[in-house]
Amino acid sequence: MISWRNPAKLAFVAAFLAGTNIMVNPVSAEDTIKIGVLHSLSGTMAISETTLKDTILMMVDELNANGGLLGKTVEAVVVDPASNWPLFAEKARELIEKDEVVAVFGCWTSVSRKSVLPVFEELNGLLFYPVQYEGEESSRNVFYTGAAPNQQAIPAVEYLMSEDGGAAERWILLGTDYVYPRTTNKILRAFLHAKGVSDDDIMEQYTPFGHSDWQTIVSDVKDFASAGKSTAVVSTINGDANVPFYKELANQGIRAEDIPVVAFSVGEEELSGLDTEPLVGHLAAWNYFMSVENDTNADFIDRWHAFIGNENRTTNDPMEAHYIGFKMWVQAVRQAGTTDVDAVRQAMYGQTVKALSGYESMMNTNHHLSKPVMIGEIQSDGQFDVVWQTDGVVKGDAWSDYIPESAKLVADWTYPWVCGNCEAPRFAVSD
Amino acid sequence: MSLGQRSTISGAIFSVFLIIMSPISSVAQDTLSLTEMVTALTAKGFDEKAAAVEALAEVGEDQVELILEALLEGRLYARKNDGKVLIVEKRDKIYLLFDPVELTEVGQASKKEITKLRVNNRLRRIIRSALGRLTLLSPDPAKRMEAAGVLFQKPSPANASILAAALERETDTAIRSKMAKALAAIQLGPQNPVETRIAAIAELEAFVEPEVRSLLSALLIQDDSGAFREQDANVRAVAKRALENIESKLRLYGILETLFHGLSLGSVLLLAAIGLAITFGVMGVINMAHGEMVMLGAYTTFIVQELFRTYLPGGFDYSLMVAIPLAFAVSGFAGICVERGIIRYLYGRPLETLLATWGLSLILQQLVRTVFGPTNREVGSPSWMMGAVDLTGGIVLPYNRIYIILFSITVLIVLLAVLRHTTFGLRMRAVTQNRSMAGAMGIRTGRIDMSTFGLGCGVAGMAGVALSQLDNVSPNLGQAYIIDSFMVVVFGGVGNLWGTFVGAMSLGLINKFLEPYAGAVLGKIFVLVFIILFIQKRPRGLFALKGRAVES
Repeated sequence: MISWRNPAKLAFVAAFLAGTNIMVNPVSAEDTIKIGVLHSLSGTMAISETTLKDTILMMVDELNANGGLLGKTVEAVVVDPASNWPLFAEKARELIEKDEVVAVFGCWTSVSRKSVLPVFEELNGLLFYPVQYEGEESSRNVFYTGAAPNQQAIPAVEYLMSEDGGAAERWILLGTDYVYPRTTNKILRAFLHAKGVSDDDIMEQYTPFGHSDWQTIVSDVKDFASAGKSTAVVSTINGDANVPFYKELANQGIRAEDIPVVAFSVGEEELSGLDTEPLVGHLAAWNYFMSVENDTNADFIDRWHAFIGNENRTTNDPMEAHYIGFKMWVQAVRQAGTTDVDAVRQAMYGQTVKALSGYESMMNTNHHLSKPVMIGEIQSDGQFDVVWQTDGVVKGDAWSDYIPESAKLVADWTYPWVCGNCEAPRFAVSD
Repeated sequence: MSLGQRSTISGAIFSVFLIIMSPISSVAQDTLSLTEMVTALTAKGFDEKAAAVEALAEVGEDQVELILEALLEGRLYARKNDGKVLIVEKRDKIYLLFDPVELTEVGQASKKEITKLRVNNRLRRIIRSALGRLTLLSPDPAKRMEAAGVLFQKPSPANASILAAALERETDTAIRSKMAKALAAIQLGPQNPVETRIAAIAELEAFVEPEVRSLLSALLIQDDSGAFREQDANVRAVAKRALENIESKLRLYGILETLFHGLSLGSVLLLAAIGLAITFGVMGVINMAHGEMVMLGAYTTFIVQELFRTYLPGGFDYSLMVAIPLAFAVSGFAGICVERGIIRYLYGRPLETLLATWGLSLILQQLVRTVFGPTNREVGSPSWMMGAVDLTGGIVLPYNRIYIILFSITVLIVLLAVLRHTTFGLRMRAVTQNRSMAGAMGIRTGRIDMSTFGLGCGVAGMAGVALSQLDNVSPNLGQAYIIDSFMVVVFGGVGNLWGTFVGAMSLGLINKFLEPYAGAVLGKIFVLVFIILFIQKRPRGLFALKGRAVES
């Protein structure tokens, strides 16, 4: 026990408590530019987000090794919001107000993004959000470097409808119960209706976060698929629940040729805890796969392995999104000659980066990227083989064309004709 | 099964083929055209590839089966410098190359010199049905079984004659019935006479399966003008009767399946909760770090498997047998340390215990995250736990679920026996029922507390071994089960292992019977509400302890 009468011990405890703060915030100097990294390093989402923190740290190291930015060194301030959604907002405020970071790279789940959104808008911060999401959002303070639904979900469903994808006629939409799967499935249902699929041929099911008992749902899937029409599963299952889901699929003997499962949240990282032998042929749709062959990618993978010190670590799509986002931010700061948020935002539009996918990615005035869409099949070594991809890049769409009330909305943040969610851009910043 | 093991087996099969095939492939003319046809598989588009597969399947050569299997399993590569197609065997980092036509070894290559011939799902389907036709007369019964299954899924009149011939020769009853089913599915087609169709329906009626149901109900579909797909009214009537018969049986099987799902979920809950039933139920310690003890067990399994993969790949199937006692030891030891270091200072102060163990659970999680990394670790299944028993009626009972049910019941029985029939169990019960009296009798109560807590944690570790087969092995593993475990113990009745058993099984069954109607999310909510109401009515759970012990 600590005796409070002993001043030496008290001082020691105080120093220890204060130490945590000292470690996170080294004394700020005039010659550094600070950026924030807002990814969960503990809790449920740590599995996915830790890698993204490492990606940014690696990019910062490389930037500093090459002379830094505007003659200053860049310093990454890493905080841990611990997979706790309200804590994301607190940490975001802390980063912008206390640490005075000029840009933040962070968030994974849509619910964490929704939680920090008011903070960034109030304090006029800049967030780079690297994960594929449900769209239906446009903020002046967020650059969405992941895929919008028209860059992932819609092409994936079109592929499954095609001859090569198995000409699916019946659809099972499985998802975790939160905003991303619900909105995506709303868009997909509208899209399927537009393609003439009736409600009888669509099954929609949601499960809680971290759901681990998939017996009933997988046998329901089998039952639904036995109606004589070819059936496909569209999975927006997120995080930890995927491994038990795929294990159950394999155990109940569902082959990808019979009922293909296309996932929007399963990448190389998620497969690394799985024996993929029984899953060969199940699909994922992304804008990048580690197996893509080009020099930029091969070079990046080598550097990543060297940085992380492990030859077996994978790369994935959100990492590529951070790669693009960070490079673009650096280019924009150089072009603007300052780290001022309003100036950098204007300089972002039209920036292009040679992405790891092998394509030139461009930032559009709706804060979304133009990226290629790729569909990959799981291989026995835990990698994906690209079986289909778009001819060129596809421009991300903030507001879906398949939801009537959204189809009318425009997102265009070119100054002074700004508009995030209105029918026509209007003059000056008023909203 | 480990990679190394798999490649030795297929290597052995391969060399057998080499011996059998060498004389056949000496026919020069066929060899030439076969080589050309194999080269056609390197086409870029999947349409061209599909055509090449179809063409290959038409050639009667014995190599075709081998080539198509290699293509299906991703072992067919093209050499980059001359475009030659080769079958590849991977040995560690070296790729051994075999000529697919001559079936001779033609050297080695590194990964950079060869590219894999890609297949997609559509191509896999085509290859599988081509292989189905080719292997229907194979000497290997497993292949014939698989072939009959494939041909049933896509009934094509072209396969009728070969199926009939295969059925004639087949001696194995299980395969015969599968072949007959596939043949009947083809005979259902409108090109056949009415009697054949009716006979086919009678044949199919014996198979109570969802696929047969959809085949038969397809006959009764009306198009827009009101005309039936099946023209003959007699056939329709027979089909309708058969369909009703099958449907009523399927409903019954559906209930049986849900029952199995419920028991299986119940056994998982039982495993997760049974350690807690000792630490919380018997000792009254609110141990929030219980889930982390489960996690430690799962990570022990991971380490044991890694050691097996490195030093003894052949014995991988036994890794779980080794992991179970080790997980018990690791988690048990951790439990003893926790009891000695923290909990013994907090007896009788439940709130402090709760907070301390909750903090401990966070520390353990982050410790594991720092040591092993935040990502999932791969824990493999031994070969005897893979696959499923395919019962009639489309009921599939996966082996891993069956083993986990058996394992959980074994753990329960062993624990009951330890508590009832050993000196340790006797002392433990004495201490929990009346501590001061037990102390007066010369029992060292502190020591008993320590070992009881260690036992509870050790059992949690064993649960971790089983759960590693179903769930993620990640630092969060324990979090997923802690709430369920407390629910089971409180519902079942604190201090009673039978209560835990009945509680776990009934919660599993309630959950699974609710899920089809309410969905997974609402189902969980209903179960929680049910338990809250139940606890209001019977605060001590299903099986309450009676007597003086309760009051203390």
